[in-house]
Amino acid sequence: MTKMTYREAVRSALREALRNDPRVFLMGEDVGRYGGCFKVSHGLLEEFGPERVRDTPLSESTFLGAGIGAALGGMRPIVEIMTVNFSLLAMDQIVNNAATLRHMSGGQLSVPLVVRMATGGGRQVAAQHSHSLEGWYAHIPGIKVVVPGTPADARGLLLAALQDPDPVFVFEPSALYGVDGEVDEAAGPGEIGRALVLRPGDAASLITYGGCVGKALQAADQLGVEGIAVEVLDLRSLRPLDTAAVLASVARTHRAVIVDEGWRTCSFAAEVSALIMEGAFYSLDAPVGRVCSAEVPMPYARHMEDAALPQVPAIVAAVRETLGSHG
Amino acid sequence: MPSAGSLPLPDRAHALELLHGMLRIRRFEEKSAELYTLGKIRGFLHLYIGEEAVAVGSMQALTADDNIVATYREHGQALARGIPAGGLMAEMYGKVNGCCRGRGGSMHFFDVARRFYGGHAIVGGGLPVAVGLALADRMQKRPRVTACFFGDGAVAEGEFHESLNLAALWRLPVLFLCENNLYAMGTALDRHQAQPDLRVKAAGYAVPAEAVDGMDVLAVESATCRAAHAVRRDEGPFLLELRTYRFRAHSMADPELYRAKEEVERWKSRDPIDLFMSSLRGWGLLTDADLAAMEAAVAREVDEAVAIAEAGPWEPLEDLTRDVYTVNEP
Amino acid sequence: MPILTVDMKAGTLTRWRKQVGDAVKRSDIIAEVETDKGLIDVEVFTSGVLERILVQAGETVPTGTALAIIREEAGAAAPAAPLVSAPPIPAAVVPAAPMPAPPGVPVETPGRVRISPLARKLAAELGVDPSSIRGSGPGGAIMREDIERAAAARIPSPVTAAEPPDRQARMRQLIGAAMARSKREIPHYYLSTTIDMARTVEWLTEGNLKRPVTDRLLTGVLLIKAVALALREVPELNAVWRGAAAVPSQAVHIGVAISLRGGGLVAPAIHDADRLSVGDLMAAFRDLVRRARGGGLRSSELSDPTITITSLGEQGVESVFGIIFPPQVAIVGFGKVAERPWVVDGQVVPRPLLTATLSADHRVSDGHRGGLFLGAVERLLQEPEKL
Repeated sequence: MTKMTYREAVRSALREALRNDPRVFLMGEDVGRYGGCFKVSHGLLEEFGPERVRDTPLSESTFLGAGIGAALGGMRPIVEIMTVNFSLLAMDQIVNNAATLRHMSGGQLSVPLVVRMATGGGRQVAAQHSHSLEGWYAHIPGIKVVVPGTPADARGLLLAALQDPDPVFVFEPSALYGVDGEVDEAAGPGEIGRALVLRPGDAASLITYGGCVGKALQAADQLGVEGIAVEVLDLRSLRPLDTAAVLASVARTHRAVIVDEGWRTCSFAAEVSALIMEGAFYSLDAPVGRVCSAEVPMPYARHMEDAALPQVPAIVAAVRETLGSHG
Repeated sequence: MPSAGSLPLPDRAHALELLHGMLRIRRFEEKSAELYTLGKIRGFLHLYIGEEAVAVGSMQALTADDNIVATYREHGQALARGIPAGGLMAEMYGKVNGCCRGRGGSMHFFDVARRFYGGHAIVGGGLPVAVGLALADRMQKRPRVTACFFGDGAVAEGEFHESLNLAALWRLPVLFLCENNLYAMGTALDRHQAQPDLRVKAAGYAVPAEAVDGMDVLAVESATCRAAHAVRRDEGPFLLELRTYRFRAHSMADPELYRAKEEVERWKSRDPIDLFMSSLRGWGLLTDADLAAMEAAVAREVDEAVAIAEAGPWEPLEDLTRDVYTVNEP
Repeated sequence: MPILTVDMKAGTLTRWRKQVGDAVKRSDIIAEVETDKGLIDVEVFTSGVLERILVQAGETVPTGTALAIIREEAGAAAPAAPLVSAPPIPAAVVPAAPMPAPPGVPVETPGRVRISPLARKLAAELGVDPSSIRGSGPGGAIMREDIERAAAARIPSPVTAAEPPDRQARMRQLIGAAMARSKREIPHYYLSTTIDMARTVEWLTEGNLKRPVTDRLLTGVLLIKAVALALREVPELNAVWRGAAAVPSQAVHIGVAISLRGGGLVAPAIHDADRLSVGDLMAAFRDLVRRARGGGLRSSELSDPTITITSLGEQGVESVFGIIFPPQVAIVGFGKVAERPWVVDGQVVPRPLLTATLSADHRVSDGHRGGLFLGAVERLLQEPEKL
């Protein structure tokens, strides 16, 4: 086991993949010479050369589409879209090609494409650079969506994505790139579609993913001091979702709060809430709560941005609400 | 009419093959139109009538290893590529014995064994995929050409510009084939392009380009072979503008208010099939008996295709969610 | 009429471009049709002679309608734009989008009851213990109906050798909750009438002299029979409230309020009281009282009454206006039979009089109907031999 940052864990996985499989290559804006906008691919151009680590022009739609074509042609491309904010330019290729080619061709084609995107807000980079759109992507049949919340999962899920014959979108919360964690570099790939109980509990289930995992754990700590044992479940995979794990947790605790950095309306949290209602209605002692971003494009000023995003006090309050106490 | 003085006469067998190729597309499309009015084919149907020389001529430059990406007006390319007519017809009927199990319909023909990668309904959407296929071939050092068909309408989409740029930048073996039939659905080229000359646009991305008379199958064949040869020699992408015309509406649902009937008639006087037939007759390469036999063979092929479609079963409803993922979730 | 646009269901033929007798070639334009996308040309797919026009210019017809007949060169007449043979699309029973296989029902915390939030709330209000109820919802979940039924039936816990000490208290609680709810939800109206019981008392006394002591009839039984028969005349009082409306009951099951020793009240049913002879009614009543006081009532007897009679004559009460036991829609009350002044043929005479009352659900009946009911009871009691 080694202690490393989230970005180092991603880099470790990229390096391993580039070394072991000649079909794998990385392409995206500034992944080569610049070393990656978030320094994830630092050193990889030098190690693997410009054929395997390709700097692209600012043409999201075409280089993501080229990733699809290359995958059809037998490669295992990793397309890096600098952030989810720019992926909107490539939405047509994602929804109308990556997600549909297998189906439209009657099963003749598979698209083994991996797309990595930084996601989330909290760095005062304002409305066009702070989106959390994992929920949109999780809506689409034909692709898979994972959001690793720890360095170990960042490595494990990327390796798993590379083994998947279908398009996998890996959302890397930019707020986590510098966060440390224990990583076993000898471990094999992780498992797409499996959630993880980070902390067991019996008072309520705090269900979350990605950049909110840390905040959920902090909230759990705070409540723990008062003797309220909150269970924290890291979804890790949004599509496919580990519904069984969610329902099992709620069956244990009878209360749930979902923390999701997307906007509240039509959030991924709404989907999880509906699943809980459908599958664990008779286990619930209180309505399912959601802590999401406020209905506002991300403001620039620090205090405003903080207020717009899910924060620990709001999570704690939401848990108390489901327990029937306020404070 | 090609100037017979400057070019050698085509080989008779090859010439008849070209004619047959165009004729079977024409009759298949006519039959498809009829079946659409009968409700057998539903949704959108975009006929290739008038553009046959483009598909047949350009296909001569491609080998079985080359890739093809096309648009929603792809029946001509699909037939010229050798995808069985029965599979195409059944696909348009929505039957499970269609080339895509009835999942795609007229706009989404795929045949991976023949390296036919669709069938794309978003204008411009196939270009990036073609660039990617070419990238894969280059990285795996396979001497293949990716032929990418698209219309003049696609020239307005961002993907056209991004794709030409990226293909040129990375020297990818893409043969960009622009079927310029002068109309992007209902909008004439000079109404949507400030610079209607496609060669100038290509030059802006350092991509060599040529314009070809798309109604002349021999000219198309000759130009495409030259262009494909250059691409195969690792000279990077090439853009061919094939000047053609569709005699029918954009799709079955189009009352064609945007073009004058006289213009259509003018172009019909340059029907690629009629033109080629008269050339071949002039050169003594085509007799009435040849033509009659060809028409009979084509009629048989079309009838058979319809029979295959009619007889094909419907996909069972239980299979609704298959082929969303390669390994289905339990 | 060909299908020319994506969703076309009908078209208007605006103009014929050929006339009867014209030769037509395959691909010729034979007519023009107006669609929602505009004017579209209709081509023919066969060659021959236009023999007959079936649809005139200006007519709108559904797609598939034959527009004209073309005699093909071979001689056989074939309709141009032939009829659309409806493609046999598989049955429109689309399977519901396959939900991901629901994970096995998670193991419940032991001791946890499977109950809907609404039912839980209601149980608390009515003082019903959910753990004693078997639910009718999915997986045995307890639903609102189950709580309502339990409260209305007020099923006493089965008599065991060791009776829970607070059984009485619990029963009071249950009754209290049900009564409170009844008062809250049911708009009661009240009617009363004074009945001359002279004929009945006379007939009863005479008859009882001839009967062995064990078979003697009580006045109460005659009242039960009279009520049962009167309900045939005003059947809406013999209904059960379900959800948002009263459902008339075919059978007449009279709930007879019986007080229990040590306090408390039950009102088990005498089934089909309208069809029992007075003698059988008496036997049934006796049996019911014995079992009610001894704890041997069946739960069906507690939940089956379609109307209840409460009689407090023995306690010396003049009249009693009861509270309806949901889901019933009426309750009849009788006081004591007592000699009081009455007027007969202009003269004041002493008569045995009985005050009969009706408390009824105004959502189901009104004073007019209630009045008819009491009138019928009174009338029937004037001919006791016919009961």
